[in-house]
Amino acid sequence: MYILSVCGMGFGTSLMLLMDIQSMAKENGYKVDGEATDLGSAKGKSCDFMVASSEIANELSSEDVPIISIDNLLDKNEIKEKVLPMIEKLSKEG
Amino acid sequence: MTLLKEKAVLLDAEADNAIEAIRLSGRLLVEAGYATEQYVEAMVKGYRDVGPYIVIAPGIAIPHSRPENGALSAGFSLVRLKEPIEFQHEKNDPVQLVCAITGVGNTGHIEMLQKIATILGDDEKLDQILKAENYEEITKIITI
Repeated sequence: MYILSVCGMGFGTSLMLLMDIQSMAKENGYKVDGEATDLGSAKGKSCDFMVASSEIANELSSEDVPIISIDNLLDKNEIKEKVLPMIEKLSKEG
Repeated sequence: MTLLKEKAVLLDAEADNAIEAIRLSGRLLVEAGYATEQYVEAMVKGYRDVGPYIVIAPGIAIPHSRPENGALSAGFSLVRLKEPIEFQHEKNDPVQLVCAITGVGNTGHIEMLQKIATILGDDEKLDQILKAENYEEITKIITI
């Protein structure tokens, strides 16, 4: 499974988000590969799904992979509630 | 020993708008030796170009730019605004804490960012930061 975490610059919040997701996935027995990237580079990149803050997610709406939008990037529960079901679903299909 | 220098903290600052608040947090980065003026303007440009996504949680903005835009070393500053300000974020406005961040290299700042996120994501600590009366009190909460 390969995911993209996206922020405005591919440097701050996206890296934070990716690390949170990878550690959350690991705790739940999944391995998630991915990269943090900026909005411009994310468009058109292939991946299983993208995760971004809500502001950035709106800009990604034309992508043909699922986009998960996070409102509070400091809220690990929100991240888990939104991202874990997607990881579980993809693992079953995979 | 805290990474947060006294020069990098400003409590109950007054700003009229988001850009002014970002510049305040940037000025602290410059005074603390973490970044150049160019970096401050790059943060402002980042906010103008890609918008209010830097408001990562209710009431908290983390302006930042890329290392090559004038970051000198990894560090951060903290501005607590006297009156919360609208950053035009759909859900997380208004902003009261502005925590500007610098990093050098691609991942060197991540550990710091994670620690800041853990502190600001802790409601109790966040409340203490909002109520702290001076820099000394802040350093007891932000112990990185």
